[in-house]
Amino acid sequence: MGKLIAIAGPVVTAVEMDNPRINDVVAVGTENLLGEIIEIRGKETIIQVYEETDGLTPGQPVTSTHKPLSVELGPGLLTAMYDGVQRPLDKIQALAGSFITRGIAVPALDEKKKWEFKPLVAVGDEVVEGQIIGTVEESSLITHKILVPVGVSGKITKVEKGKKTIRDPVAHIGKTPLFMTQHWPVKKPRPYKKKISTNEPLKTGQRIYDFFFPTVKGGQCAIPGPFGCGKTVTQQAIAKWCDAQIIVYVGCGERGNEMTEVVKEFPELKDPKSGKPLMDRTVLIANTSNMPVAAREASVYTGMTIAEYFRDQGYDVAIMADSTSRWAEAMREISGRLGEMPGEEGYPAYLGTRIAQFYERAGSVRTLADVNGSVTVIGAVSPPGGDFSEPVTQNTLKIAKVFWALDAGLAAKRHYWAINWLQSYSLYAEQTDSWYDENIGKEWSTYRRWAMDLLQQEAELLDIAQLVGKDSLPQEQQFLLLTARLMREDILQQNAFDDVDMYCPAPKQYSMMENLHSFFLQGQKLIQKGMTTTELESHKSVEFIGKMKYTKDLVRLGDIK
Amino acid sequence: MKVFTNAQAVKGPLLIAECDNAAFKELVSVTRSDGSKVQGQVLEVFEKKAVIQIFEGTQGLGVDNLRVKYLAKTATVGVGENMLGRVFDGMGQPIDGLEYFPESQRDINGAPINPVARIQPDEFIQTGVSTIDCMMPLCRGQKLPIFAMNGLPYNKLAAQIARQAKVLDGKEFAVVFVAMGSTHAEADFFREEFEKTGALNNTVLFLNLASDPSVARIMTPRLALTAAEYLAFEKGKQVLVIMTDMTNYCESLREISAIREEVPGRRGYPGYMYTDLASLYERAGKIETSDGSVTQIPILTMPADDKTHPVPDLTGYITEGQILLDRGLFKRSKTPPITILGSLSRLKVKKGQVREDAAALADQLYAAYATGIEFRDLVAVVGKSALSDRDVAYLDFAQAFEEEFINQGFQQERSINETLDIGWKLLTLIPKSELKKVKEEHIKKYYPQ
Repeated sequence: MGKLIAIAGPVVTAVEMDNPRINDVVAVGTENLLGEIIEIRGKETIIQVYEETDGLTPGQPVTSTHKPLSVELGPGLLTAMYDGVQRPLDKIQALAGSFITRGIAVPALDEKKKWEFKPLVAVGDEVVEGQIIGTVEESSLITHKILVPVGVSGKITKVEKGKKTIRDPVAHIGKTPLFMTQHWPVKKPRPYKKKISTNEPLKTGQRIYDFFFPTVKGGQCAIPGPFGCGKTVTQQAIAKWCDAQIIVYVGCGERGNEMTEVVKEFPELKDPKSGKPLMDRTVLIANTSNMPVAAREASVYTGMTIAEYFRDQGYDVAIMADSTSRWAEAMREISGRLGEMPGEEGYPAYLGTRIAQFYERAGSVRTLADVNGSVTVIGAVSPPGGDFSEPVTQNTLKIAKVFWALDAGLAAKRHYWAINWLQSYSLYAEQTDSWYDENIGKEWSTYRRWAMDLLQQEAELLDIAQLVGKDSLPQEQQFLLLTARLMREDILQQNAFDDVDMYCPAPKQYSMMENLHSFFLQGQKLIQKGMTTTELESHKSVEFIGKMKYTKDLVRLGDIK
Repeated sequence: MKVFTNAQAVKGPLLIAECDNAAFKELVSVTRSDGSKVQGQVLEVFEKKAVIQIFEGTQGLGVDNLRVKYLAKTATVGVGENMLGRVFDGMGQPIDGLEYFPESQRDINGAPINPVARIQPDEFIQTGVSTIDCMMPLCRGQKLPIFAMNGLPYNKLAAQIARQAKVLDGKEFAVVFVAMGSTHAEADFFREEFEKTGALNNTVLFLNLASDPSVARIMTPRLALTAAEYLAFEKGKQVLVIMTDMTNYCESLREISAIREEVPGRRGYPGYMYTDLASLYERAGKIETSDGSVTQIPILTMPADDKTHPVPDLTGYITEGQILLDRGLFKRSKTPPITILGSLSRLKVKKGQVREDAAALADQLYAAYATGIEFRDLVAVVGKSALSDRDVAYLDFAQAFEEEFINQGFQQERSINETLDIGWKLLTLIPKSELKKVKEEHIKKYYPQ
């Protein structure tokens, strides 16, 4: 058993540890606070503690578990709400009341609950690691698939079906019992057969993402933005409406009330396809800004490991990390306490590597069980002062393929989603174009390019208009400005509080774009025939376009006369 | 209790002293050779050595002939309902000439509220200030800072809110007032203000003044919030915490960080400032096991009026909106000088708490005012004659909005319905056909005939 010799905030030093290894979990002090070994210097072992260290004294014991920080994966994950190191917050509440006190140890999954295990293998079958050996109906939406743990394979010698707790064996390989759960170290990516590329978009029902800056299943997306632009609301809307089968939502160092909102709201929201509560497909991780900083650093890994586990069952998973800046700051804080040589703005020199490693855990894969699954990662970034040149944003943009740039100016104009269409980009757009053209409407890619072009032209014309006045522009250009305004107000802007507009399915997005495109072509002809933009502006077709977003069953825009 | 007589070094507010397994954050009492005492806290500890932060500063402290006594406890504060009506210094000692007998001792750092135990704040607080109540409504359990500027009357606004704040069921607020690095004049202003209105009986003051040692400033808000949590969550009171000035607090944080030779983050502030500020702001809230609530109005002055400075920036990322003041409004004698552009409240008031038209009316007023301001800028370039009648109507609206809606002064108190009626009256200045954000039925009901 080791003993403490120094304490400085969340970083403590111990000596006389029994075989300390990097990343092993340790119990610190008489209260058994949870910690992790982060550095070994000769006889000294440096540990980061996931709980507050006030009152710890040198001389107190430190014991290693000889295991890295791991999560327990199995039935019971869905609908759960965990802290950064997978302790269920409702169990903590039951034990400790409204405040989180120290040294609480609770199992991550319910050990008493019985699940109906339906085997898919029989005695005598050869199984390999990662193979699906049975299923459990975990929630109204999701069938949990039980996997052979990584590193285990052989001939099944016994199968036990029926109602089981997670502590009962459900099958045996030789003398080795298999359970419905398994442990996995959070910082190690789970293995798969190979990465595959897909052109299937992750549909969100939000026009700015689906139509303009789409992502694919398995994509890597970043949303940077200053405060008050709706970063969190954006993340929550995607969590609500995107067509991933599993959502892992990581509240990393953010407001407590926001997590409360998610906890209270999600059970009441219904999945647009099945009508079942959205919570049934969701795992929440909440390590709010006032919870210990080391656990905040762990929280994004905890979330990612859970996401990968569902991917390995063949599901499309989306993980939201709000906010990766807080995670980076946690790294900076720990690094500072270690006295490491700082890189840019005090962040550790390995910041870029860690960010890249995290985003690279996303992707579409062929799993060990020979099914397809994916993890899409959507990371919020909170740049200080809204300045995108800072290290976390820049390192994220190096790796992320989709950049949704939140804009304070748009938010101030109450233009929501406040995503700047000139600054944002998606490197998946060409891939998804082919999918949309084939599955939704054959002109999808044409409309998308037309729309982007129109908005670009608008920006250039507005610069000129500011100098010479809008009225001195030729009629064709004035009409282009009108169409671009309708694009911004009636298509880009989406009302998250309207029952119809909060979720806009892809076919409706297509019809809306088709109508605006038709308005533009017809209008151009009328302008050539001598009609003015002012006349067209008050035409009833403009009113029709304005009402499109609030209309459930959209019809085609007819001829403009 | 262990006592040592040797110290190794003194540096800024830090004393490096001998110890025998002291506890991290343990309180320490240091006696000088002349018998005078100072207090400190362990910041970093080794088996035989402790880094101690001295609250009162280290002036006159040497390394010889010291008595360093480890008190075997971390920082606590005595709390009780009997704090109301009392004045304490920044270290929690009474300074109103009376003894204080606490009901209970509490750890000043508290513990984080479990997010599943929180109740989302949605109960309306009427501050009696039109701009706040209509455009950025405050809820019980919210944290809504005032982003102020030097030279603006933000203290008067804070006093006005403290004086007028009411919840709809008529419950009164207990006020916990925290001064950090304030001048004597400021502290006296608040004390007199509370005395004059008789609110002092329902107020606790914690005063860390500009002349007090800056290290103690780190403790002051923690003491006060511990008292606030006790009153709210154990005594069921509605507590309003006013903290001024957060910028001074952050300066102290930077000062100590620099002395400890920590790696600085932006503008020399420590990298952990976000976490540190969150450990204060996140103590606002409502929980399931109590009727009480802690609502926070932190005040900060933005250095050089810059909203992207680390103090307002990090605050904005943690708090649920902000009340932004505007120098232009103040120069035009519009008080309280709250600009609705740039201010915001992230929380939604529960249905039925305010009149049905409130939210949409706020949107409409915002849109109309923003349009008016745009034209005001345009007039500066092209002249008023270039504007159409519609444009001029918006220009007039913006003027009237500032005059009648914003400019209510620091003494007037308006009910939310009075505020809404003023809003409707102002909307008559723009063409009725422009009212696209409010519902048709509400126009019928509330539009002045």
